[in-house]
Amino acid sequence: MKTTETPDTPPSAAPGSDSATGGGVPGPGRRVSKDDSAPEGKKAKSTEGGVLNVFSHGMLILWAFMVVLPLLWAVMTSFKDDGSIFGSPWSLPHKLHFENWSRAWNQAHMSDYFANTIIVVGFSLLGTLVLGSMVAYVLARFDFPGNRFIYYLFVAGMSFPIMLALVPLFYVLNNMGLLNTLPGLILTYIAYSLPFTVFFLTSFFRTLPTSIAEAAFVDGASHTRTFFQIMLPMARPGLISVGIFNFLGQWNQYMLPTVLNTDPDKKVLSQGLVELATSQGYKGDWSGLFAGLVMAMLPVLAAYIVFQRQVVQGLTAGALK
Amino acid sequence: MQHGKYRFIVGFLVAPLVLYAVFVIWPFIQSIYYSFTDWTGLSPDFKMVGFANYTRMFHDDVFWKSLEHSVYFVVLLPLVTLSLALFFAFMLNVGGRRRKGAAVTGVRGAGFYKIAYFFPQVLSIAIVALLFRFAYNPNDGAFNGALKAVGITWQPEWLGDPKLALWAVMAVLVWSTVGFFVVLFSAGMASIPKDFYEAALLDGAGRATTFFKITLPLLWDTIQSGWVYMGIMALGAEAFATVQIMTVGPGGPAYSTTVLPLYVYQSAFRDANAAYATTIGVALLIVTLLFAAVVMRLGRRERLEY
Repeated sequence: MKTTETPDTPPSAAPGSDSATGGGVPGPGRRVSKDDSAPEGKKAKSTEGGVLNVFSHGMLILWAFMVVLPLLWAVMTSFKDDGSIFGSPWSLPHKLHFENWSRAWNQAHMSDYFANTIIVVGFSLLGTLVLGSMVAYVLARFDFPGNRFIYYLFVAGMSFPIMLALVPLFYVLNNMGLLNTLPGLILTYIAYSLPFTVFFLTSFFRTLPTSIAEAAFVDGASHTRTFFQIMLPMARPGLISVGIFNFLGQWNQYMLPTVLNTDPDKKVLSQGLVELATSQGYKGDWSGLFAGLVMAMLPVLAAYIVFQRQVVQGLTAGALK
Repeated sequence: MQHGKYRFIVGFLVAPLVLYAVFVIWPFIQSIYYSFTDWTGLSPDFKMVGFANYTRMFHDDVFWKSLEHSVYFVVLLPLVTLSLALFFAFMLNVGGRRRKGAAVTGVRGAGFYKIAYFFPQVLSIAIVALLFRFAYNPNDGAFNGALKAVGITWQPEWLGDPKLALWAVMAVLVWSTVGFFVVLFSAGMASIPKDFYEAALLDGAGRATTFFKITLPLLWDTIQSGWVYMGIMALGAEAFATVQIMTVGPGGPAYSTTVLPLYVYQSAFRDANAAYATTIGVALLIVTLLFAAVVMRLGRRERLEY
């Protein structure tokens, strides 16, 4: 067993990540107070700052508009009737057509797509976190022949083009009777989420102190018990980060279900919506389609607004290291 | 403490490793093997054909078009996206008016901008692609509607125009990923000590100089990993989703938007030519590895500790 009392801070507490999401206060301003070398108001005021300030604000506001406008346009369109969608794409709806939403939910199978997605993501997320943390813990804390090999086997999976593997995987799943089934999709999601999860959690487990686990051994706890009762609770910040990363990745997954899950009854959200766009396009129910689109966006956007800080940390954690 | 160590290690590794081997490693190995066969995917019978698939690929115009577009994706997309993101992040962190007590400050409302910019990142790329497919609609879409509203009579076909379609698709990927990198780079910039900027500004350096001499070199590691990350997405899943959902065909008009992952998918599941699909997949693998190697090599420079 290695004693890895590294001075590294855990990824989620990396410097700067706390100011990355700082509310109204810009990040740098807050950190300055730590190193008190800032000379108080000594600098001569130059006009350069002012001009640049106007320019930067202009660009920043412009991009903010460009990001928000398409989303607002979709929300607005989802409340309009078909006639006014075609006539004047940018006009406000005369009357809020809530029936678009109920039509999308009931007749266009959005409710089924949501149910399938919740089942698939629920099981895959749980499986990814349990299996991923087991592998990561063993790789981070135990020396054994093949340790590095297994680690790099997982890490390599992050950069290989998944599409290449999907062609044979389609027939592998078919032979196992798992093609077009939710369990098959769940197992695939877990397998393809493991590389990043293992990569991230291995370095996370290395930063945790070993003394507490050793104390547990002295008291007679088994390896398994130490892992589940001591190490996992200690790894909570890392599990939350990687959990959010995987949740969004699996909830938004499009390529895997498109190839491996073609049964109309088993479709998941983003895939079902694209299917809907193709079929509704022929029927001409554009308003219902937009309602479905907005319906699919809302839960993730709402979750992002509520857990904004954690989501940003979870998604950027991997690239920051 | 060593008691039962190996039993524990094996017990913990066996389930995840079997799953990973069967669903990820094994298909990868198989697909390289299949690229040397004439397997259709429909019947279990096939025989070895040597390099026939590769010869065919080198004479396949659609393959070269897909390769060309994928190279555009992997070179241009990270370049445009990361430059925009660096610019915005620098503005957010250093572009602000000077306030007392600090040499460099972020603009007012930097937190708000970061929240807004990050929005597209949490959405499924499929939903984003669908949204923009409607927005690009020449008759009733948001873009042409907006052009008409401000009095511009130019009403392009967007996705229907072979000259514009590929750029229209790439713009969507830029739109959806810039925010992620703004937040990522902001976090990196916030960890650069303010003394550096103060010293540079005291010596009379302008903002542009501080950006190229301080921010960029100190942020290089983050930029590099962001570049690799973005490039892999632009070669794989994101390119597949956007092109497959947005374009006519998909991949059209006249193969003007087809990319390697889409061509793999179409060869295997539309044309029932699984062996040929894996051959194109191997080409995609080589492009991906080459790209990662080049970026890593470009970025090799002394690490600055601060």
